[in-house]
Amino acid sequence: MRKKRILGLALASVTALGLLSGCGGGGSGGLLSGTQASDGGKVLNIYVWNEEFQGKFNENYPEVERLSNDKSVAYLKDGTEVHWIVNPTQDGVYQQKLDEALLKQGRAAADERVDMFLVEADYALKYVDPEVNVALPISQLGITDADIANQYRYTLEAMTGSDGEIRGLSYQATPGMLVYRRSIAQAVLGTDDPEVVGAAVADWDKFYETAGQMKEAGYYMYSGRADTARVYSNNVSAPWVKNDKTVVVDPNMMNWVERSMEDIASGVSHNVPGQWNDEWNKDMGPDSKVFCFFLPAWGLDVCIAPNVKDTAAAQDWAVCPSPQSFFWGGTWLVAANGTDNASQVRDIMLTMTADRELLRTLALNYGEMSNDQPLMEELAQSPDFGIDLLGGQNYIGVLSDVAATVDLSNISSYDQGCVEEFQNTFGDYFNGKISLDKAKANFEMSITERYPWLVGGGVEWP
Amino acid sequence: MEKQNIIKSVSYAKWGYIFILPFFLSYAIFSLIPLADTIRNSFYEYYAFGLKTVGPNWTGLSNYISLLSSDLPKYAWNTFVMWVLGFVPQIIISLVLASWFTDARLKIRGKQFFKVVIYLPNLIMASAFAMLFFALFSNAGPINSILLRMGIVGEAIRFMESTLGARTLVGLMNFLMWFGNTTIMLMAAIMGINPSIFEAAELDGCTHIQKFFRITLPQIKPLLTYTLITSLIGGLQMFDVPQILTAGKGAPDRTTMTLIMYLNKHLQAKNYGIAGALSVFLFIISAILCWMVFKMNTDSDPDGSKSAARRARKGGKA
Repeated sequence: MRKKRILGLALASVTALGLLSGCGGGGSGGLLSGTQASDGGKVLNIYVWNEEFQGKFNENYPEVERLSNDKSVAYLKDGTEVHWIVNPTQDGVYQQKLDEALLKQGRAAADERVDMFLVEADYALKYVDPEVNVALPISQLGITDADIANQYRYTLEAMTGSDGEIRGLSYQATPGMLVYRRSIAQAVLGTDDPEVVGAAVADWDKFYETAGQMKEAGYYMYSGRADTARVYSNNVSAPWVKNDKTVVVDPNMMNWVERSMEDIASGVSHNVPGQWNDEWNKDMGPDSKVFCFFLPAWGLDVCIAPNVKDTAAAQDWAVCPSPQSFFWGGTWLVAANGTDNASQVRDIMLTMTADRELLRTLALNYGEMSNDQPLMEELAQSPDFGIDLLGGQNYIGVLSDVAATVDLSNISSYDQGCVEEFQNTFGDYFNGKISLDKAKANFEMSITERYPWLVGGGVEWP
Repeated sequence: MEKQNIIKSVSYAKWGYIFILPFFLSYAIFSLIPLADTIRNSFYEYYAFGLKTVGPNWTGLSNYISLLSSDLPKYAWNTFVMWVLGFVPQIIISLVLASWFTDARLKIRGKQFFKVVIYLPNLIMASAFAMLFFALFSNAGPINSILLRMGIVGEAIRFMESTLGARTLVGLMNFLMWFGNTTIMLMAAIMGINPSIFEAAELDGCTHIQKFFRITLPQIKPLLTYTLITSLIGGLQMFDVPQILTAGKGAPDRTTMTLIMYLNKHLQAKNYGIAGALSVFLFIISAILCWMVFKMNTDSDPDGSKSAARRARKGGKA
């Protein structure tokens, strides 16, 4: 009897833990070893996080012969099948799936291997790291500097590993700009001319002078602290983490904290707690009193247009340079180490990112800021390139200047994590819930949870 | 002689073992081995460093020590507070509803309909429910617009940015999701009470209130305790509602972060060592709770002889 009870108890409690520990186990180490890029594979696998690039590829890549009925497979003229593996970015799902696939690259059958994958700047360096060796340097594919001479410098810098090799190419540039409402500019500054408004926000001092006028007239200068965060975090003087051990908080990040707090108190900012939420969308809508937003070219189409479609504000917008240059987003194509389709991957990367005619099509048909500096300078002068949303303004000129000045030399694989945690933990401070010191302590705690190897390394505050 | 012996030893017991084998096999593969793995991992430094993996390196109890020096007690407290916020209204409303629904004197119409309706919230996925509340109570959401339109508040209430607001929302959701379930369980318990007791009480002039406190409550006490403990175990594992409501941040200032949300944070970083140690802590707590349920459900004194003996001994001493 006694024995049975103990057994029963043990089983009951073990079941309870079974429920709790659902996903505790597993994970095997080991990087690609003995994998070699080769040629002649019949299936080309591409890892992506949405269907944006897939659509542009299917419609524009000249080697595409036909698509399968559901468009999930593209058949190339040489008989190769292009398969797309889509996993969402949210909560790191894309990176997790990609990591799993890359780590078994050496053991997978040739047609199962990852041949190409796409990355964003925020975590690109994780894959560019020569030590993990999951990405092929473009030099190894036979792509020369001359092939990519027209691309914006920063798009190459973002993908340069510590050994100086470039491991990814992009078809777009995503510099940021200031998108403002013509009606509010008209009411407060007396004109909506991008030149004049640009001069009124040319640097932060002027920006805040204008903000004062906006406030007096009953408008908000910008929506919330998350809007300016990117402008500050892109203009730091050193990478986030020193020697993979110590987090160094840049003075510019603390400037952002101080400035945001002031702007909330003074009413310059509308104090929307983040982006992509209801309030942010309403701030872009027709009834809003918010003057400007910090956005890249794709933001016009993705963020603003849906909120003002068929309203009085549908053409009430214009763009000018932001007080400080910044960029947001961007997609890079990376050849996976161990691909069995090296020559096709090379051709896709080169054609999609360096073929002028294709890039021109992307710019004209998709409003894309294509990664070809001379082409963009040419389009900047072209009167055909006006956008309805902007009341016919050609924004390429504004962006082309910014793209040439974007500096990514301080970006690191920690950017996504550090910036996210920083914004989250200081959010409570902005809401008046905790003191500045508590926010700092919370950041120190969160960052070591996200990156366990930073435990004990400390955080240096300016 | 020998042959005869062999024939005699035919056993049918093996079929019994063969029939229960699939359960034990799948249990071992899907629960027991991962469980052992979790405990093993808790003694190692073992995490993903970008695409590389650090460990597993034996570190003894250091994972446990670092957890104890973290904010773990705070997260346990958060979990407890949010559980209480959901459980107290849940048990009160459920008791009232259950006693109404089972009262032979109150002829409530459409009882069956109400039973279904109060159970419905439990059928919605917790995450969908949390998404719904997130939209309803957001700063620019419908609740705020209603309050503003009616002039009850001057400016939008930022529910999710205050500890009280966020915790109350979590408690409210847990209450709404589980009170139907508890009501039905309590009804079963109340219907198990011998109706003649109620009749006798009524003959003696017992009021409704008296009936409830003097008869119903004492009679269903074992089931109430059972509900309490199972709800505690469920509460210990609370994560889906606050996780979705606060996007995993446990905002504000981690006052809505539960133990399992904290576990998830480590799992997202693929930190198997710390996550394992945290799971072992949770294992110990839930094992204790399970033991209490087990104690209650096993009658060690079916004929009352043991307690009679105890009483006799006490009486003798006194």
